[in-house]
Amino acid sequence: MNDTGFSLGARRRLVVQERIIGALLFGCGVVSVLTTIGIVVVLVSQSVGFFAEVSPLEFLTGTRWSPQLVPQSFGILPLLNGTLIIAIGSSLIAIPIGLASAIYLSEYSKPRTRRIIKPILEVLAGIPTVVYGYFGIMFVTPILRTIFPQTGIFNAASAAIVVGIMILPMVSSLSEDALAAVPRSLREAAYGLGATKFEVSTRVVTPAALSGIVASFILAVSRAIGETMAVALAAGATPRLTLNPLESVQTMTAYIVQVSLGDTPYGSLEYRTIFAVGLVLFLITLAMNLLSQRITRRFREVYE
Amino acid sequence: MRRTTTFLTGLLALPLLAGCRGGGDAGEGLSGMIQTDGSSTVFPVTQAMAEEFQIANSGVRVTVGVSGTGGGFEKFCNGETAISNASRPIRDSERERCAANGIEPIELTVAWDGLTVVVNPENDWATCMTVDELRRVWQPGSTIRRWSEIRDGWPDQPIELYGPDTDSGTFDYFTESIVGEADASRADYTASADDNVLVLGVSGDGGALGYFGYAYYEQNEDKLKALEIDGGNGCVAPTRVTVEDQSYTPLSRPLFIYVRPDALERPEVRAFLEFYIENGEALVPETGYVPLNAADYDAQLAKLPATSGGS
Repeated sequence: MNDTGFSLGARRRLVVQERIIGALLFGCGVVSVLTTIGIVVVLVSQSVGFFAEVSPLEFLTGTRWSPQLVPQSFGILPLLNGTLIIAIGSSLIAIPIGLASAIYLSEYSKPRTRRIIKPILEVLAGIPTVVYGYFGIMFVTPILRTIFPQTGIFNAASAAIVVGIMILPMVSSLSEDALAAVPRSLREAAYGLGATKFEVSTRVVTPAALSGIVASFILAVSRAIGETMAVALAAGATPRLTLNPLESVQTMTAYIVQVSLGDTPYGSLEYRTIFAVGLVLFLITLAMNLLSQRITRRFREVYE
Repeated sequence: MRRTTTFLTGLLALPLLAGCRGGGDAGEGLSGMIQTDGSSTVFPVTQAMAEEFQIANSGVRVTVGVSGTGGGFEKFCNGETAISNASRPIRDSERERCAANGIEPIELTVAWDGLTVVVNPENDWATCMTVDELRRVWQPGSTIRRWSEIRDGWPDQPIELYGPDTDSGTFDYFTESIVGEADASRADYTASADDNVLVLGVSGDGGALGYFGYAYYEQNEDKLKALEIDGGNGCVAPTRVTVEDQSYTPLSRPLFIYVRPDALERPEVRAFLEFYIENGEALVPETGYVPLNAADYDAQLAKLPATSGGS
C-alpha cells in the first residue's frame, strides 16, 4: 500500500483523466485560433484572385465604386468614406455621453440610482441591431427631415445617431469599470488636499483610469465600423464621396450585405469584391484592436 | 420543481403540435408548400393569385419572396423555389446556370406593365420627357444635377433620383430600353429593392424623379405624378389602354413567371399555375397591371406540358 491511499490502477486512471480534460480544454481554446486563421485564409485567397484583375492602386485610390454597373469601377474610397462618416458621427455621440454617464455612475450617483440606471443602459446594448436600423428609418429620419428638409430618405446622420446610441453602453460600461478600478486612496488624498468633487472626478480619477477609458473608446469605434444591419437599413445604398451627413451613403459592411443577398454569380469578379472589401474591413478592425492593446499597456497605472 | 419543469416543457412543445393539422379540406385535398420568389414588380400579381388560391385550397401554402428578378433566378436555378417571378426575360447566362442543375425553365407571360417614370406632384414644369432626355439623366457618368440642365426653361432645382437596385428586373429593363445597355446607369441615385421606399422618396421630395412598375404608381396616385413618355411618336401617358396596345413605348413590357418542369409534377403546383392563368383576366387588373387577352392566356396554358397520368 503506498502513502496516497489510492491503488496503483486508480492513480493511473486519475492521471489519464486529468490529461484528457486538459487536452479538451486546450482544444476549445485552439478552436477560436483556428477559426481566425480559417477566416484570414479565405479572405486572403479570394482577394488574391480579385487583385489579379484589379490593381490595388486603383482599388485603394479610385473614387468611384460601381462593380455591378456598366462601366465597372472598383475604387473603394466612397465605401471607406461612408464607413468613416458613420464611425465618426457615432463616436461624437457615444464618447462624450458615454464617458459622462460613466463618471456619473462611478463618482456621483447613489448606490440606489446606480442600481436602476446601470441595468437600463445594459438593455440598450441588448437591443438587436436590426431594430436600431428600423428605429433610425421610422423615427430619427422623419425628425431630421422636419429640421433639415433637404435630408434624404436614407441618410448617414440617422445611421450615425442610432449607431451612437447602440455603442453608448459599451463606452459607459467599460469606462465605468476603469474608473471603479482606481483605488479610493487616490480620491481621498485629493479630497484631503481640498479638491471639489468635480475636480477629483475630472483631474484625478479620470486621468488615472485613462488607459481603460481610451481602450473603451477604441473598442466602441471598431464596433461602429463593423456595424452592418443598422447602417444597411438607415444609411442607404449609394456609394459616394461626400461630407454631407444628410445624404445617403453606403458603408463597406452594407455593400457586402447587398452583394451577398443579390444575384451576383458565385466566383465572378463582382463576387470577389466581397472578400476584397471584407479584407480591408478586417485590417482596419485589427489595427484598432492592436492600437487599443498598445495604449492599454503603455498608460496602465499599476497600483500596489 | 419537477412538476413545474414538466409543465414548462409541455408548454414549449405545444407549438410543435401546430404543424399537425387535420389533413385535406372540402373538395381538392391538395396540400403542400409552393415557394416563389423574384421580382418586386410581379409580386402584387403573384401575391393576389396566391391569396385567392389559398382561400380555395386551405391545405396549400404559397410563399412569395421579393429578392428581385435576378435574385429570384439565382434561387430558382438552385432549386430552392418552384416558380420565379420576373419583370424581364431570363438571360442566357441564367438559363445556362439552370441547365447546369438540370432545370429547363418554362416561361409564362402573365401581364403587361407600363414602367412608370414619376415625379413629385409639386413638379409643375415637367409633364412629358423624351427617351433622349431620360437617357441623358440616367446614363453612366451623367453629371446632370439640376432640372435646368435637362431642358431649357425648366427651373434650376436640384434633381433627386430614385430607382430600383441592380438586382431588380425593372432596373435591367429600364437601363436596356432607355440607356441602351443593360446595367448601364449612373451610380449616384437612391437605390432600393423596395418600391414602397421609392414611392416614399419621390412623394417627399419636390425635385425627385424615379421609376418603378405601374402598380406602385396606381396605388399611390394621390402622392405621385406620372410623366408622359415620348418614344418618338409623341407624348404618351401610361394607362391600361396605351400599355395594352403598346403605344406607351418603350416602357411597356411583359411580366413573366418561370416554372420548373419537375415542380410541375406536383399536383398543387400545377393547380396553382392553372388557377393563375385562368384568373389572369379577372385578377390582374386589380393589381394595377394590364392583363393579356383571353387568347393569349390560352396560349400560355398550352405551354404547360401535359401531365403524365393522374388529375
